[in-house]
Amino acid sequence: MLDQLFLLLALTVLAAVPLVLAALGGTCSERSGVVNIALEGILLAGAFGTAVIAYASGSAWLGLAGGIAAGVLAAALHALMTVTTKVDQIISGLAINILVAGVTEYGAKLVWKESASRTIALLPAWTPKGDSSLLFLISSILGRPLVLATILLVVAAWLLITRTRYGLRLRAVGENPAACDTLGLSVGGLRYSGVLLSGGLGGLGGAWLAFDIAQFQHNMSAGKGFIAMAAVVCGKWHPLGAAAACLLFAFASALAKSCERWKVNVPSELISTLPYVLTMIAVAGLVGRARPPAALGTPYEKGAK
Amino acid sequence: MSVAVRMSAITKRYPGVVANHNASISVNAGEVHAIVGENGAGKSTLMKILYGIVAPEEGTIEVRGAPLHRHSPADAIAAGIGMVFQHFMLVPPLTVAENIVLGTEPVKFGVLFDRDAAEAKIRDLSKQYGLEIDPAMRVEDCSVGLQQRVEILKVLLRGADVIILDEPTAVLTPQEVDELIVVIRRLASQGKTILLITHKLREVMAASDRVTIMRHGETVETLETKSTSPGEIAQKMIGRELDAPPRPGRSTPGELVLDVRGLTAQSDRGTGALHGVDLQVRAGEIVGVAGIEGNGQTELVECIAGLRPSTGTIVVDRAALAHIPEDRHKRAVVLDFTLEENAVLGLQRNFSSPLWMNFRAMREHIDSIITSCDVRPPDASLAMKGLSGGNQQKVVIGRELSRKPKLLIACHPTRGLDVGAGEFVMRSLLSERARGAGVLFVSAELPELMAVSDRVVVMFGGRIVGEVDPTKVDERQLGLMMAGHGSSEAPPPLREGGA
Amino acid sequence: MKRHLRDAAIQLAVASAAVVLALAVGGVMIIAHGHNPFSVYATLFSESLGNPMSLGQILFKTTTLVFTGVAAAFAFRAGMFNIGGEGQLYLGAFVCAMAGLWLPAGTPGVVAVPILVLAAFLGGALAAVPPAILKATRGTHEVINTMMMNFILMAVVNYFLNRVNVETTVHTRPILASGRLPLLSSGVEAMRGSDGNASLLLAVIACAAAWYLFARTRTGYELRAVGFSPRAAEYGGVSVPRAMVLSLVVSGGLAGLGGINTVMGSQGYFEEGFAPGMGYLGIAVALLARNHPIGVIPAAFLFALLSEGGQVINQFVPKEMGEILQAIVIIFVVVGARLLQVALQQRRSAHA
Repeated sequence: MLDQLFLLLALTVLAAVPLVLAALGGTCSERSGVVNIALEGILLAGAFGTAVIAYASGSAWLGLAGGIAAGVLAAALHALMTVTTKVDQIISGLAINILVAGVTEYGAKLVWKESASRTIALLPAWTPKGDSSLLFLISSILGRPLVLATILLVVAAWLLITRTRYGLRLRAVGENPAACDTLGLSVGGLRYSGVLLSGGLGGLGGAWLAFDIAQFQHNMSAGKGFIAMAAVVCGKWHPLGAAAACLLFAFASALAKSCERWKVNVPSELISTLPYVLTMIAVAGLVGRARPPAALGTPYEKGAK
Repeated sequence: MSVAVRMSAITKRYPGVVANHNASISVNAGEVHAIVGENGAGKSTLMKILYGIVAPEEGTIEVRGAPLHRHSPADAIAAGIGMVFQHFMLVPPLTVAENIVLGTEPVKFGVLFDRDAAEAKIRDLSKQYGLEIDPAMRVEDCSVGLQQRVEILKVLLRGADVIILDEPTAVLTPQEVDELIVVIRRLASQGKTILLITHKLREVMAASDRVTIMRHGETVETLETKSTSPGEIAQKMIGRELDAPPRPGRSTPGELVLDVRGLTAQSDRGTGALHGVDLQVRAGEIVGVAGIEGNGQTELVECIAGLRPSTGTIVVDRAALAHIPEDRHKRAVVLDFTLEENAVLGLQRNFSSPLWMNFRAMREHIDSIITSCDVRPPDASLAMKGLSGGNQQKVVIGRELSRKPKLLIACHPTRGLDVGAGEFVMRSLLSERARGAGVLFVSAELPELMAVSDRVVVMFGGRIVGEVDPTKVDERQLGLMMAGHGSSEAPPPLREGGA
Repeated sequence: MKRHLRDAAIQLAVASAAVVLALAVGGVMIIAHGHNPFSVYATLFSESLGNPMSLGQILFKTTTLVFTGVAAAFAFRAGMFNIGGEGQLYLGAFVCAMAGLWLPAGTPGVVAVPILVLAAFLGGALAAVPPAILKATRGTHEVINTMMMNFILMAVVNYFLNRVNVETTVHTRPILASGRLPLLSSGVEAMRGSDGNASLLLAVIACAAAWYLFARTRTGYELRAVGFSPRAAEYGGVSVPRAMVLSLVVSGGLAGLGGINTVMGSQGYFEEGFAPGMGYLGIAVALLARNHPIGVIPAAFLFALLSEGGQVINQFVPKEMGEILQAIVIIFVVVGARLLQVALQQRRSAHA
């Protein structure tokens, strides 16, 4: 029994990694006032970038860098459209998701002649042999560089947003960009930084996705970007809250997978909806009390009344 | 006496309007210099140019003899100029200290925000200038007067020697105004130069050493406050003899068109906004509602119009109700609709059946409004957002009056309008009264209220605290009621000089 | 009315410019593959438009996109972001198929066809009800909720599918014959082999109906007011929550209608995973059409053309280029529309 619990926890942690990374990124972006629906596309871009570079260079670490860079690139386009050109933030996010889906599929064709890639080099990991699920749980957390990195990044994001001077300015820009402007802060610069951070973090999350199955597959982000967005809302735009919400959603999907293994007589299709249903319930239940950053979703125009 | 700021021959053109034309002003160090003028005279623009938010087409600026040219707010701050805006530029969820130091935050280890250092600095500053405040308080929990203190401390922190205050008393109670005047004089006595933009002559007389009058974008004259009078200043502001406003004849009010009893309602933030309001309006009378903004007037109007839930009783014929909302852009019109479409907003059922809209009738309707209200440009197919504020308001008024209502509610109807449009609004209110409608007129401009109302009720803290006959009460008494003092108390003396 | 025509012409110019620019970008990509863009594009257009069977396929794809496109445009007009077209289409098609199996075999066509069409509409509308209610009562943003519904509905429908009717490739039994719509090839012999069918006509009618609603009816006036300025609409006596629910539910229904294209038209049954991505692409169609219900038709045709055309020139460039072009068109359109908005605002202040 305890055995199964450890296994479940391990699966939860593993499933949570891409969600948490994307959600941390989403928090940075939205705290600065930019809605980021493009998280889905950023994850996918990160996965693709990782797969291509890792495949081409044979090095997983280079692949990791490639994934982060790809995420940043996608985010940069979002920032360009929303902060500089001031297109509607939701439409920009949607457009980028479609673009990334098309570009990655096209790119996959170019590189591998088919939609799914060949297997790629993986990051070093400690994967002990044996049946002990406790060992599996421990090795899942301590033995995988990206999991450790994610935990560190959660703490770092929390410190960044709540304790640093940069975080103070980021939050100020998301609440009252006009005030920051009159104080001589660069609203555009701060918002760009928030969005690009979400690109880097999301790209890292995408790298995890690619390493997880050792290849790139068409549309492999499968809605995780949207779940991460929901986690940001549930977490009330706080990095720790968002991470906790991601763990909850990851637990739901781990539970879904485990039900199959446990041969529980619940239909697999219905169980698979658990994370999405939970998201809807959570978002509906908490929105009444959660207050988003006041300037979220509104492009900032100098001199606007 | 050295010159702290000299602006010469400033000209600023916006498309279609000249905001400043050859304006010049010379401000001495350590003085309180008021800049007065009506709405649209160019006072704010001139100061925004000084602060670097707006760049002039022509003209020069010197601060303590050194020129300032094509500069940004950061340059102005570096030159010792600080500006406190009419609409506060604060970040509500952050603390007082965080708001004040934002942009020049003290740091630990290079990246961490040093909260303790920031709060200590604020305490020192507030003691130095006598501006009591708790640096750890969240700004959203602060009263309006305290929030203004935060703004003032913001500029003082950045070493401002020249402080521009843009209409600082618009949202203060008379008592808070007096406190501010004390602060202004204290700062001046400590060597600061204060530029006070205002259109309230009482403050000019009480606080300033010299006053510059602006009119139509030009600086008309600079006077020594000691040697002039409110009447002289007002005359130069308007440029013509201040006529006594036409007093409407005594009305004989008819039946009740509005009967409100025990009205209680919440504000958007969930706090209590109305606490048992009783109010009646009769046909053929104009009832003015005086009060500092934020004391429940907005909620009162919304409840009567059916836009806000409430408890208590409201007896009104909503089918014969017309409402000119205070928020023109977000409530009264759909900016992206054409004039024609806006002319039937709220009336669309009269111009349509379920599957068909009667465009011909709509066109006739807007055409008659354009003619009777002199809307410019007179093109019904233009989008509303292309019109000036005054013309937008004309369409709104034309539309609401076309209902031939029993009750007309006008909420800050002249806000943001030029003199001509404002006069049109006042005439419309009087004509409705003459037609036999009851008018509920909410305004923050006391002169307006007293000029047209038959009686004026005063709101404070979500209650009606008194009623006055506008021909028999002066603004000072009214102001006290607005601050929650009953009319039985004597007004406190106005303090002048340093305290 | 003249002003409306002028505004429509401006939007058309923006959309056209975006398409031309996107094709130019595509041309660069073709060059990168070592081919002559003019000849490749010529092949694309002539092979797909010139070949009747290809044209039939394009019309088939256009039909679904028109439904999902007008669905998205309908919601946009009222200020709602309906991202759930994918799931609404899925549920609509499934409900239509179920109704087609439930009706007795002898039902005459005049009765069966309208019932099945209604079933598709109701299915899609039902899919939009939870997000609509949540938005109207609790204010939760419909973007997240409609998105989640996509995943939930796909799973739920597949669950029922696996328990109801299973043939070889996981689809339902065929619906009653009288519920079928004629293929285009029955009228145009040369189109034989293509899936285009009479539901295209219904799609055009749906667009016309949507246009009429917005341009000529009180409901359309009120929905547009809500879309532009909810507070002003409320002041004007419109119930904003009701308008939100109405617009999302009707939008869902329009997307659900897309199901008749396969269920009543080309296939006669509901198949798992039919028309993947058509819901999302509908949003792109609406953006290109600048949310104009009639403009959705040529916009949908263009996207279908790019998709089909991509396959035709697969020997020169990977067919995914068609998808990239679709995405680039969207980006150019929204950026172009925004730049236009800025230019108009500057011109307006200059003339004020």
